Amino acid sequence: MFKDKKVIALGERDGVPGPLIAECMEAAGAEVVFQKTECFV
Amino acid sequence: MTPVLRAASNILVHAPDLVRYGSKCFREIASQGESFSRKLSGRIRSYENAVAYPPNQVFIGNLPPESLTGMPSPWHGHPIPDASSKGPFGEILPQESFYPLLQRADQFGLVMLDSDKLPLSGFASNAASALVPEGAPGPSHKTADILRGIESGESIPLEHAGALVGCVRRDHDADESLDARVLLENLAAKASGAYALSRLLVQEKIESGQVEYIISCSEEAVGDRYNRGGGNLAKAIGEMAGCQNAAGVDVKAFCAAPVYALIHAAALIRAGVVRNAVVVGGGSMAKLGMKAHQHIAKELPVLEDILGGVAFFLNSDEDEGPRVNLDIAGRHEVGRPSSPQGMVEALVCDPLERAGRKICDIDKYAVELHNPEVMLPAGAGDVAMTNYRTLAAVAVMRGEIDRGDIPDFIESHGMPGFAPTQGHIPAGVPYLGHALAGMRAGTLNSTMLVAKGSLFLGRMTQQADGASVVVEV
Amino acid sequence: MDLENQAAIKKLADEVGAENLMVVLGMPSEGVQIAAETLTTGDPSWAGPLAGVSLRLPVFHILEERVRAEVPADVYREKLELMEMVLDLDQIEKGLAEIRTKR
Repeated sequence: MFKDKKVIALGERDGVPGPLIAECMEAAGAEVVFQKTECFV
Repeated sequence: MTPVLRAASNILVHAPDLVRYGSKCFREIASQGESFSRKLSGRIRSYENAVAYPPNQVFIGNLPPESLTGMPSPWHGHPIPDASSKGPFGEILPQESFYPLLQRADQFGLVMLDSDKLPLSGFASNAASALVPEGAPGPSHKTADILRGIESGESIPLEHAGALVGCVRRDHDADESLDARVLLENLAAKASGAYALSRLLVQEKIESGQVEYIISCSEEAVGDRYNRGGGNLAKAIGEMAGCQNAAGVDVKAFCAAPVYALIHAAALIRAGVVRNAVVVGGGSMAKLGMKAHQHIAKELPVLEDILGGVAFFLNSDEDEGPRVNLDIAGRHEVGRPSSPQGMVEALVCDPLERAGRKICDIDKYAVELHNPEVMLPAGAGDVAMTNYRTLAAVAVMRGEIDRGDIPDFIESHGMPGFAPTQGHIPAGVPYLGHALAGMRAGTLNSTMLVAKGSLFLGRMTQQADGASVVVEV
Repeated sequence: MDLENQAAIKKLADEVGAENLMVVLGMPSEGVQIAAETLTTGDPSWAGPLAGVSLRLPVFHILEERVRAEVPADVYREKLELMEMVLDLDQIEKGLAEIRTKR
């Protein structure tokens, strides 16, 4: 599903943070082109 | 020496006319012009509404945090009748009393107030008036002089109740660190921090000369262009509060700084370097109106119209309060994952395990207590609740509780968020006033403060950070 | 959704084409629907760079069943499993399903 796809990883500090999504997506074969952790506080 | 927590105070400053200088609103006004400014003005709360707002009443100690659970929502639509601006360990200052504190905080002729437009007829607070012992915060300026600075672009206006009452000027025409808005941000942190400290001293009848050490955990980057963030707001705050015998330093760690500061202060006392220490945090002007555009879009009041401040007094007299137990202080090592699970393991499980305790042994966890009513309409999560759920999930994984017990765990070991979204201010520490009251009444034995910091915001690392410590009888 | 992130994603969509991008979210349930809506039909608060911009990006949440299934089991167990107990999966899937009808 994600193999060789360009993925935007948009996490949140108190949920799943961006780097963690990116790590999982890369493990799933995706190319992470943008990764961010939102912080509303 | 055993470090003990003798007192805590929480202050709020209603600052509706500073919301436009918050980072988000300032940029919105720059791009959308007066149309955003008008929308903002139309959604600003009165001081009375800010005082009667249930989470603010919890913050200053007039209501326990748990009372919010049963209250009808939205909280902003259900003000507390006959609410007082004064509480057992906190108070709420109106803007007209804060502007003179801004002028008092300034020693460089940056804040100009026109006393004809903003007559100072006594402060609404003893803690505020103690900061201006001579009665007047500084010279009064003519409207024409104030206008001249604004028109030339050197100054930014200070308004109150729809009228121009003063201005703040830059102190260098090419140094961005001394820009008028930056200086206002720093002065707002200094003045609100000094107000929190003054409230603490007045509340506990502590002589200002008795304070030996001050740690500021405020977030502002005080300094000029060669040392932006150089800091030591602590000494500036101590001076303003008349603490002539105190030295001081700043602790910076994003939103986790108050808990680090508490640990550092307690450690200095335990090591015998000082006999007592104050931790103080001033308010964050940059965060005013941070989610205002979403609140406006949902036709809510602009709830981020409040500066927060906190101050605590630690000493080594064991008769005077619960101890800050440095044997249960958590730290998040560089090699640790920055995931929520990694944070809980580093900040909660490890220090408890070292002390032979379990998660359920701590009565109350004070995590980041952001008011959910500010967060949810902006499409952000309920920070406190998410943190409690993560803590409970870790307790499930460690076999301390069953999965079905998660709601009960959260109810008995947690609390709803009640603090203004001022970054460092909600970092567990606003609960300390409530905790002290509970410990003195014999209804609470222990609390663990757990704070997190978003280091990645500064673009120097992708890591998160955090700190924790137990306070107990 | 953060306005700077809206701007960055819009720029990326302009550069590589929205049809070549997928989004994976990680926020708690409350923010999922707004983020998904922003990346599908545009910023509902009309405040950000994606106001009125229909990127129609495929949006997923990292904890959705079909996304989880793509993550190697050991990575999932170590990094994500606990978050199942923290985030409200039903709410997340409901929010996403609603937005997907608009694609």
